[in-house]
Amino acid sequence: MSFKRPEGVLKAVKQVRGGVHVSHHKNTAEMEVVRMAPPSKIVLPMQQHIGAPCEPTVKVGDIVSVGQVVGDTDKFVSAPIHSSISGKVVAVGDVSLPSGVVTKGVTIESDGEMRQYEGITPPVIETREDFIKAVRASGLVGLGGAGFPTHVKLAFPKEKNIDTLVINAAECEPYITVDYRECLENSKNIIGGIQLLQKWLEIPNVIIAIEDNKPQAFKALQEIAGEFKVKDNVKLMTLKSVYPQGAEKMMVQSATGRRVPPGKLPADVGCIVMNVASAAFIGRYMRTGRPLVSRSMTVDGSAIAEPKNVRVPIGTSIAEIIDFCGGFKAEPGKILSGGPMMGMAVFSTDVPMIKSNNAILAFAEGDAELKKERDCIRCGRCAQACPMSLMPTLIERYAKIGDVDSLNKVGINVCMECGSCAYSCPAGKPLVQYMRLAKSVVREAAKK
Amino acid sequence: MSLDKKLLVSASPHDHSKDTVTRIMLDVVIALVPSLIAATFLFGYRTLIVSAVSVGACVLVEYISRIVMKRHQTVGDLSAIVTGLLIAFNVPVSMPLWMVVLGDILAIVVVKQMFGGIGMNFVNPALAARIMLIASFPTEMGKWNAPFSWKTETITTASPLNAIKEIYRSGEITSESFDGLPSLLDMFLGKRAGSLGEVCAIALVIGLIYLLVRRVIKLTIPLAYVGSFAVIMFIAGGFNLTFLAYEILAGGLLLGAIFMATDYTTSPINFKGQIIFGIGCGVLTALIRLFGNLPEGVSFAIIIMNILVPHIENLTTPKPFGTVKEKKKKEAEAK
Repeated sequence: MSFKRPEGVLKAVKQVRGGVHVSHHKNTAEMEVVRMAPPSKIVLPMQQHIGAPCEPTVKVGDIVSVGQVVGDTDKFVSAPIHSSISGKVVAVGDVSLPSGVVTKGVTIESDGEMRQYEGITPPVIETREDFIKAVRASGLVGLGGAGFPTHVKLAFPKEKNIDTLVINAAECEPYITVDYRECLENSKNIIGGIQLLQKWLEIPNVIIAIEDNKPQAFKALQEIAGEFKVKDNVKLMTLKSVYPQGAEKMMVQSATGRRVPPGKLPADVGCIVMNVASAAFIGRYMRTGRPLVSRSMTVDGSAIAEPKNVRVPIGTSIAEIIDFCGGFKAEPGKILSGGPMMGMAVFSTDVPMIKSNNAILAFAEGDAELKKERDCIRCGRCAQACPMSLMPTLIERYAKIGDVDSLNKVGINVCMECGSCAYSCPAGKPLVQYMRLAKSVVREAAKK
Repeated sequence: MSLDKKLLVSASPHDHSKDTVTRIMLDVVIALVPSLIAATFLFGYRTLIVSAVSVGACVLVEYISRIVMKRHQTVGDLSAIVTGLLIAFNVPVSMPLWMVVLGDILAIVVVKQMFGGIGMNFVNPALAARIMLIASFPTEMGKWNAPFSWKTETITTASPLNAIKEIYRSGEITSESFDGLPSLLDMFLGKRAGSLGEVCAIALVIGLIYLLVRRVIKLTIPLAYVGSFAVIMFIAGGFNLTFLAYEILAGGLLLGAIFMATDYTTSPINFKGQIIFGIGCGVLTALIRLFGNLPEGVSFAIIIMNILVPHIENLTTPKPFGTVKEKKKKEAEAK
């Protein structure tokens, strides 16, 4: 099916190099987000973001309500954590993240009332500083998957001359459809959020970038944009649906033609990239003052009985979310937190979902098998697939012999572990693992 | 809810393409089948015997090598079948079988397995075997059967390439020069003397199309190879199109450009490298054909370029995403 670009929608300025054409499996695209009943218990790890972990601000026995801060820190690169249910704190201590990393956490048992915290009022904003402070207080971290505290990204120094805000609705990971649903169901908040971001951060241009396999999303956003009478400098853009189109550096290149140099951020080339769900959250938060206590996620995969898009209170255990989706219809062999390309395989369903978690995918045993690793035949598919112009097969060799100089020369650190190389390897090599090995080899050498 | 069994935990990505090494090798074998059928039709059933012996020997030798070297078995990846077929395609139909087997052993044991097996050989195994056979058994390797001679009686004939060389050496290329040769149509269809796999251009092109459709190879190397070769020959032949057409169709140029120069292991990975590699093959082939004593230059040209691949790769490795070129950096600083 060829997609006709609607009128007024821009075309990508520059195409992404390489990438892979993955099967989309967007099975849940037409499923409205349903709200999950509050769980009986939540676990809130103090490390749900990139940066400094929070310290618990409550103790065992405390009664908390929805939206109350339970963890915070003085550190700038961090975001406070709020309770997503009302009830009693039953434990403060070590908990396990989906990755298996152990961190401090707060466990809360529900009283079933979902009482709202009294202190919730819409933030009063008069200056840019107020705005950034409010974003921090909301607990927002990048909802697209990386989990970088949003206020840090917004607090760019004036001299960076940011001229473009790119709203990322590419959603190039297979299976996941929550950003798409956000565009359809929450378009008002998206546009509202964008207008606030534009106003307080003084960013002249906004580009909302969506892959061209989601025509409905364009329609919905265009209608709302008309309704809100947004200025001409807010534009929609189609992107070719190729993985990893939604990666930050790829987005900047597609939307503006600029390339973010190795080790630099989009802000260094005048861009801020924000996930569409994050923008929508800002729109809603500034109206209501309700912090980040729940998020939408796609629950799908061959072992899930009833795939759904679910709005889940943060801290709900993966097991409870799967139960809400009808449980397993087949013996699960592998369960992922996140998408199949960059998501993480979890070791247990008894771990909580966190803020940055946009999907839970469970695969039946047969679908979870790995390719057997064979010898490299130098076919070059990995190098062709790499959006960062690296040569994964070469990096593997350097990593195995510990050749630090060569690894630095070929630019191992620009690798974002998107998995395009490993996806396309006919020899079944776990290339992402080799890239991580290479990075650790370089790190170790730098310490010496 | 707890799970009785353990979940598989592995690094991302959790989805993979359907490509496998075995499937790629199978595709190459399939792409070689039209040429095998054409050769059987042209040179008789002995084509099949030579091919079967060559493939069988390669597979057996690969199997034994892996056992002797105590390495994991790789015979299932079908690469030995490809090598076996290509060696058979590079010899005349009358080639004594033991000589073919000798070539197989050299290709698999010395060139491939001694350097680490699949993916590690530094030159194309089939071409190394061909060169060894030419050097060791020039008489047998130069004994050409006329096409369809199996229907009548065995008649040996001259290879068109020798005749073309004579024409070029005579210094005068006219339209009558080619009267003694098979017509261009016959050259295209394969009705001429030559090695088993090289004669039928149309079958080779069918194989090429199949490989392109299956995305096993890209057109880069064959195009750069044949293109650069054609440019030189066009100039050398005094802009005579007939001469150019004969040069492209005669000998093993198409077999080499489509199936040998595109071998993954012994060709560059990146686009720029592939262009340099292809042009190098084309220029060397043309030089050997024009000035060398040997009638054919394809195998030597590709082998020489094979050896240069690591250096070509070094020169053409792309810069990582976003790297600013030194020159531009200075310009920016100057501002």
